[in-house]
Amino acid sequence: MQEQTQIIVAENVHKWYGKFHVLKGVDLIVDRGEVVVLMGPSGSGKSTFIRTFNALEDYQEGSIRINGITLSNDLRNIELIRQEVGMVFQQFNLFPHLTILNNVTLAPIWVHKLSKIKAKELAMQLLERVGILEQANKYPGQLSGGQQQRVAIARALAMQPKIMLFDEPTSALDPEMVREVLDVMKNLAREGMTMVIVTHEVGFAREVADRVILMDSGSLVESATPELFFTAPKQERTRKFLSQIL
Amino acid sequence: MTHSKPPLWRDHRFWQIIVQLAAVICAILIVVILGLNLNRNLQQLGIKFGFNFLQQEASFDIGETILSYQPTDTYTRALLVGLINSLRVAIAGIFLTTIVGITAGIARLSDNWLVRNISLVYVEIFRNTPLLLQLFFWYFAVFLSLPNVEHKASVLGLIKFSQNGIELLGLNFSPEFSTLLLGLTFYTASFIAEIVRGGIQSVAKGQWEAGRSLGLKPSLIMRLVVLPQALRVIVPPLTSQYLNLAKNSSLAIAIGYPDIYFVASTTFNQTGKAVEVMLLIMLTYLTFSLIISFLMNLLNHTVQIQEK
Amino acid sequence: MQKIQLTWLRKNLFNSWYNSLLTILCLLLIIQFIRKFVWWTIAEAQWQVVQVNLPLFLVGRFPQTSYWRLWIVLGIITFLIVITWSVFITQKNLIKHKFINLLVPWLAPTWLLSCPLILWFMGGGLGLQSISTNLWNGLILTLLMAVISIVISFPLGILLALGRTSNLFIIRWFSILYIEIIRGLPLIGILFIAQVMLPLFLPTELRLDRLIRGIAGLVLFSTAYMAENVRGGLQSIPREQIEAAKALGLPTPLVIILVVLPQALRAVIPAIVGQFIGLLKDTSLLSLVGLVELTGMSRSILAQPQFIGRYAEVYIFVGLLYWVFCYSMSLASRRLEKQLIN
Ligand SMILES: Nc1ncnc2c1ncn2[C@@H]1O[C@H](COP(=O)(O)OP(=O)(O)OP(=O)(O)O)[C@@H](O)[C@H]1O
Ligand SMILES: [Mg+2]
Repeated sequence: MQEQTQIIVAENVHKWYGKFHVLKGVDLIVDRGEVVVLMGPSGSGKSTFIRTFNALEDYQEGSIRINGITLSNDLRNIELIRQEVGMVFQQFNLFPHLTILNNVTLAPIWVHKLSKIKAKELAMQLLERVGILEQANKYPGQLSGGQQQRVAIARALAMQPKIMLFDEPTSALDPEMVREVLDVMKNLAREGMTMVIVTHEVGFAREVADRVILMDSGSLVESATPELFFTAPKQERTRKFLSQIL
Repeated sequence: MTHSKPPLWRDHRFWQIIVQLAAVICAILIVVILGLNLNRNLQQLGIKFGFNFLQQEASFDIGETILSYQPTDTYTRALLVGLINSLRVAIAGIFLTTIVGITAGIARLSDNWLVRNISLVYVEIFRNTPLLLQLFFWYFAVFLSLPNVEHKASVLGLIKFSQNGIELLGLNFSPEFSTLLLGLTFYTASFIAEIVRGGIQSVAKGQWEAGRSLGLKPSLIMRLVVLPQALRVIVPPLTSQYLNLAKNSSLAIAIGYPDIYFVASTTFNQTGKAVEVMLLIMLTYLTFSLIISFLMNLLNHTVQIQEK
Repeated sequence: MQKIQLTWLRKNLFNSWYNSLLTILCLLLIIQFIRKFVWWTIAEAQWQVVQVNLPLFLVGRFPQTSYWRLWIVLGIITFLIVITWSVFITQKNLIKHKFINLLVPWLAPTWLLSCPLILWFMGGGLGLQSISTNLWNGLILTLLMAVISIVISFPLGILLALGRTSNLFIIRWFSILYIEIIRGLPLIGILFIAQVMLPLFLPTELRLDRLIRGIAGLVLFSTAYMAENVRGGLQSIPREQIEAAKALGLPTPLVIILVVLPQALRAVIPAIVGQFIGLLKDTSLLSLVGLVELTGMSRSILAQPQFIGRYAEVYIFVGLLYWVFCYSMSLASRRLEKQLIN
């Protein structure tokens, strides 16, 4: 029963880089359809944490369950989980040797074994949704940063994931392009996608997030609704952090 | 990670071990099969593996030696003589090719149109034809068709060329040694020239301007400002050119200069000890490579550190 | 007009006293050299040796009645080269070239498939009159050996490069061991291994053709260098590309095939062309292990009694042949490099 509402369950997750303790027993539960924004100073382990959700990073202690599947050394589970989880990176990471269309159809064709025609249909639909339909035959290098990031979102969505992870999706963008990406993300949230977002866009967090979490040196410090988080934080550490970014 | 264990075949660590184990088994199998074949083939040929032959009398002559050597000496001695001949030509070659290469590389960037293009023509001719052919050309078309000893061609009386090789300030070099040295030098230098040119061009224009604004002469800017910085780019590929030169010195066999490869090859022809001779050759050249790499790494280290 | 020429002269040849001196010195040397060389070419050299033996230089003792087969081979290769070249030159504006776009995935397989076809035309069998490999000599053998060796060492080199960058400890060390040993040895030594040792390591029943052993030697050699070139390309791919592909759920083999290799190989094309130029020159060493390729042919022609001592003519001609191929390829590779940077 629980599994139906809780889609990400991370319990007491520890990770070390050699001697360096990056994640110090992190607990996090995300419900289906919930939008969680993760904030925190640089180097606090935000990226590392969300990258454990799709096994881009391993962890040494604790457990993580995604949509009822436990993340372990089990190869099949890793593959299954990666199909459930889409990820959008700070630097877009589009494949420069493939056209926009092929970037988006790559995974559906090779992982979901969709026919080329079906995959293209799906891709076109998604590209329309993020507003880049006209550019489908261009190469990533010919697009602006904002456009590339929207393609990256479409590419992740093409796997029809249940969860979307965003690691500072707007940090590498020129200011005038931030909006177009955030708008796409807002729409996604409205449609009920479960999202975990690392970002410093306070306005966005206020408007879209169900919950804002502060992470500091490998631990979660505070977790609250946006109103409480930004207006009446409980922790001293959060107040200090907010005073730095606001 | 502390959670329910997946079945073995779905654990990626399991596969990592399996794949590596398979590789090891494959390698062992190959070695065993090849070894068995070798054993059988050698038995058929009536050859026994072993390095005892090294103590036997070599009974072949070596054209030019620095150590004293007679055909009655052992194979070990013969190989040693060859080794020293190899070292001689490789060291002299590395020294000369560096000078020629740097000169040609700087000439490629000269503001004198003629100099620039002479260097270009030199580089493009020498690096786009096989070294072996160049060696044949130097040896047969140049040295052997030079005037004989009585009518030496000479440059300012310092260097004299004849069929008997080069005479420089009273030192005599055989035509074989001279050919190999010249061949290796000019061939390798054509590559070094390009490396040097690339290295110098990699130094930002601003450095020249800064030097000029200090009132330094172009030659001084080159020596004090640009070259030290260019070296950082130049040294790593230079290393591989030195390695190439050392390895290419084995082409001595084509013109009959008795280097290690030549002597080893003769040894093989006389004894039929293919495996042993091959091991010796491998050992020698791998040692050469290691030594050159080691020295150049030291150089590289000092060059890279200057930056900080 | 004249003024422009004068300023050009002053700027490029006589801009300072030592440059003027240098110019004059160089001019004197060049004039001296050219005068001698031209005199030698016209008056002293006896080009008959080249004229008479031209077919030997180019195609060796391949039977004259079967020359048409060589023409077909030449046609196939030219066709492949033209196609490949046009693909790479137009790759930046692919959208305009739908047709060429279609060809891209077929390029590598076509090259691989053309190998047996070429060998069939040259060697015969299966309905064609068979021609012994002893008769494949001269330039055609040089080109054949270089092309076959590079084509074979290409996939092997990729595997080895993947092995060297793998995180599987043993695989990595096997790869490193192979690459470093081969790169530490002179080619002549490796050819010796292939000619003399290979038969010792193989079952007695298996007698390999001299040509095959030559190719084996070149492949052993060139695979190691290919692996290093490819590794350079692999290392130039940012780790994020791999992560992005994994995040999409692609299993590791597909990540390598679909995302890493296409980018890595594109980046190392100039290096591979450079390696091919080196290999083409290196085939000359085959003449030292008894193959009569271009260099070997020149030596056997020089042994003809009526042409004894015509070293300069033969070597200059043969050198020119090598040069034409190597230089044109190095021009092509520089062009590609520019293309890739843009
Ligand atoms: N591969 C690695 N090896 C060693 N240390 C690492 C590695 N990757 C990250 N770290 C360290 O782990 C810590 C957490 O890194 P992480 O990227 O998760 O931080 P972050 O919160 O995302 O910061 P930012 O806002 O700068 O992206 C940092 O101190 C970083 O230096
Ligand atoms: Mg981060």
